[in-house]
Amino acid sequence: MEKNTARLRKNFHQAKWDEEVIFQLHTPGEKGIIVPEVEEGIRQVAGDGLPLIPEEMRRSVPPGLPEVGQMRVLKHYLRLSQATLGADFNIDIGQGTCTMKYNPKVNEAIARDQKASALHPYQDEETVQGALGIIYNLEGIFKEISGLDRFSFQPSSGSHAIMVMASVVRKYHELRGEGYKRNEIITTIFSHPSDAAAAAIKGYKIITLFQGPDGLVDVKSLSKAVSDRTAALFITNPEDTGIFNPQITEFTRIVHEAGGLCGYDQANANGLLGITRSREAGFDLCFFNLHKTFGTPHGCGGPAGGAIGVTEKLQGLLPVPLVDKKNDKYFLNYDLPDSIGKTRAFYGVFPVILKAYAWVMSLGAEGLRTVSETAVLNNNYIMNKILAIRGATSPFSAGKRRIEQVRYSFEKMHRETGIGTHDVTYRMADFGFHMWSSHHPFIVPEPFTIEPTESYSKTELDEYLAGLQQCSEEAYGNHELIKSAPNNSVVHHIDSSFSDDPKKWAITWRAYLKKHGTKQ
Amino acid sequence: MTDKKTFVHPYIPNSDPRIREEMMKEIGITDIEELFEDIPEILRFRGTMNLPDPLLSEMELRNHIERILLKNTTCREFTSFLGAGCYNHHVPAICDEINGRSEFLTAYAGEPYEDHGRFHALFEYESLMAEMLDFDVVNVPTYDWTQATSTALRMAGRLTGRSEVLVSETVSADRLAAIKNYLIPVMKITIVKHDPVTGLMDLADLQDKMSPRTAAVYFENPSFLGIIEIQGEQITGTAHRNGALAVVGTDPLALGLLKPPSQYGADIACGDIQSLGIHMYFGGATGGFISSRDEEKLVMEYPSRLFGITKTAVEGEWGFDDVAYDRTSFAHREKGKEFVGTASALWGITAGVYLALMGPQGMTELDRHILQKTEYALKKITSVKGVSARFKASHFREFVIDFSLTGKTVAEINRALLTKEIFGGYDLGKDYPGMENCALYCVTEMVSQKEIDRLVEVLNEII
Repeated sequence: MEKNTARLRKNFHQAKWDEEVIFQLHTPGEKGIIVPEVEEGIRQVAGDGLPLIPEEMRRSVPPGLPEVGQMRVLKHYLRLSQATLGADFNIDIGQGTCTMKYNPKVNEAIARDQKASALHPYQDEETVQGALGIIYNLEGIFKEISGLDRFSFQPSSGSHAIMVMASVVRKYHELRGEGYKRNEIITTIFSHPSDAAAAAIKGYKIITLFQGPDGLVDVKSLSKAVSDRTAALFITNPEDTGIFNPQITEFTRIVHEAGGLCGYDQANANGLLGITRSREAGFDLCFFNLHKTFGTPHGCGGPAGGAIGVTEKLQGLLPVPLVDKKNDKYFLNYDLPDSIGKTRAFYGVFPVILKAYAWVMSLGAEGLRTVSETAVLNNNYIMNKILAIRGATSPFSAGKRRIEQVRYSFEKMHRETGIGTHDVTYRMADFGFHMWSSHHPFIVPEPFTIEPTESYSKTELDEYLAGLQQCSEEAYGNHELIKSAPNNSVVHHIDSSFSDDPKKWAITWRAYLKKHGTKQ
Repeated sequence: MTDKKTFVHPYIPNSDPRIREEMMKEIGITDIEELFEDIPEILRFRGTMNLPDPLLSEMELRNHIERILLKNTTCREFTSFLGAGCYNHHVPAICDEINGRSEFLTAYAGEPYEDHGRFHALFEYESLMAEMLDFDVVNVPTYDWTQATSTALRMAGRLTGRSEVLVSETVSADRLAAIKNYLIPVMKITIVKHDPVTGLMDLADLQDKMSPRTAAVYFENPSFLGIIEIQGEQITGTAHRNGALAVVGTDPLALGLLKPPSQYGADIACGDIQSLGIHMYFGGATGGFISSRDEEKLVMEYPSRLFGITKTAVEGEWGFDDVAYDRTSFAHREKGKEFVGTASALWGITAGVYLALMGPQGMTELDRHILQKTEYALKKITSVKGVSARFKASHFREFVIDFSLTGKTVAEINRALLTKEIFGGYDLGKDYPGMENCALYCVTEMVSQKEIDRLVEVLNEII
């Protein structure tokens, strides 16, 4: 058989159904599903039901939901799904920072099991030993990956985990009588925006350090920023530039000497499994995103899942309950007098925890290391090729290796041709690719961020590169197609005049009807 | 060089040694270690992680995990009377079908062009929820009810410039603990008592605690204890007269027949969507909604994504886009409104499918069903000697059963029920002083008359 080679899909066209808004499908009398009636014996005792609601609390007009038959509802949502380009369909490496990897189908099949889905959180512990066992075992795995001593999976996401870290930091200093004095958290501009925003929830003043010419914050600026007001340092490493900060132990040393704690944002850990850990870098806390590095699907933006880890001295501050084991029985341990309390409903995003466990168990120690080695190899391979594309550059640390992603720039191309990232983003959709537009903070001009992960074959990486190459050629040549793009996507240029105008924006169908009438 | 290079995994195509060699050659390295040269030796982990042996074949993996899960006993095997914030409702097959679609499942944050469907479906979720809530704004869902309430209260704080919230005593303890953590150190919670007979809010206590510091009053309807709060207008009126906002938590599932909070003066409604076509998953499958009127000053305080409908360059084509993106922490880091990130979007799409299937008739019929069943279960259970209803009130789905006069603790009763394959009601003792021998019972359409009768039979045997 001949070897597969890369080919740009120039004849690609995404499904376009020109589908209505569900309210436009309303056909009075149609029905999507039948609700069972109560048994006759119940009716005899309870009567009609409605009089059981005190009159002042009864709804006078039924909710204005559309009436649509079952098959039409199904068809509607299937069509909308076809107008969505999941990682299962595209070479999803253009959403850098998001770690869009393969989400194994077997993990989905496992998570659909009633033995997982039909569990209530307040069942007797005897009856949920399997679920508790999964959480307990996954904690053991995370301890090993990070080198830290205790984990909680209560955070609902990465950003939420940052809020939980900030809560632990606050409690730690409060218990030491320094809660009020230590009111600053230091972060860096290329750490995720939530390292600043979610930490500020806990009342912290945020000090943001900026990068030098090598893309990294230097030790001197950190030294200047720390004081007896420093509660903690929250830093991503590698930052969203993909550059590993080699002085990270200096950072943790300086912050510790000033009496602060150090929290490691491991959202970008996909290149680090088995390579380097939080413990050796001197961190007191860290967190991981289960939906990034650990292979659980992104679900159009969730359900997500976070894991927060701490060293022994902070373990009593974690949210309750932790899962512990005694006499071969797992139990929910609420006995943490110094705990920050709770941070979400119940115990964590269980289906995500279960899928993450399945993912790690399918790889093991050697497999995880292979994941990281391959993700980094893929990244450096693609960087090498992208930098050969006319008009593309990678600001900072020229000639250096990167870890799992790179923030590139089309500034040169934009200057020379007037075609920039924005245009390329739309044109890439014409070949069945994503290239997303979120590259905060917008320090790098005309930015794009590529994170190839371990999941895509060399042929697929080459195909994506061919797309970028095509865009560059069009930028330096004929602008017609790149200017009119997207040409083969679901919809055409969106009128963004609604977005920031309270008189025009319509967040719901009923608001649309009020502001714009029934005419489209 | 290590022998690890022979490890080829189906999830990692480029782990094949030949491809790996080729790619390494391409970037001019001979050892994979060269890629990590920027990580100082002191930071390198040189051991092997002590992890369980992997289950490389799909078959072994599935066997391994299914064997662990077999140790669970589910609410389909036993009869469950548990609610308390996580509800065992029927999940229509189409909800699972759409929830499992590869496109939605594995998409993330694409542009409004190639991810048009995601924007469209979430806009519809917002719109369908808005009909249940009778409000014009609903967010793309956050993590859960806890987060929705926490944010709604922070929004009230920013809108009023005040820092205290009055919270009903009957709010779930699990939820309250998390709200408390989220509000520290910016806002303070003061608890408003409930009437011990009716379970309704103690209006005199509310009035007493109201002050110029009060940013918001928060209560839930139906309450955590299943009680239909009939004083909605008085409570929200008291808040408004004092310049505070009224924030009301609710389950949209109840609003087929129950008045939505917007109709008795709420400024912000919040709650969870788990009841709407989403499996329980050990309490892990949740989504928080926040909803309000379409007023600029309110909208600008949402931290969440808000997807809006718009037009495109082509006549007759719907487009969708972010509304007021500049509010968010993506745009302004710590100067944005709280923070936003990946939360619960796929559950939002699923809840939208549920509401689209149910329609107005389905929602009103389901609520009628639940009201009837609640009444029946309450009457039957309290027919057992020494067992009584704790509150004289109207209930939806849940009610508090007082076992004080039986001489048995809730824990003892639940243990006995368990041997008869029944999960008894949630033990309220540890969370609510004065309810030491009380349990919160829940009935949904999933529990049959036969099962309720059997519970009563067993209770008669135990007590």
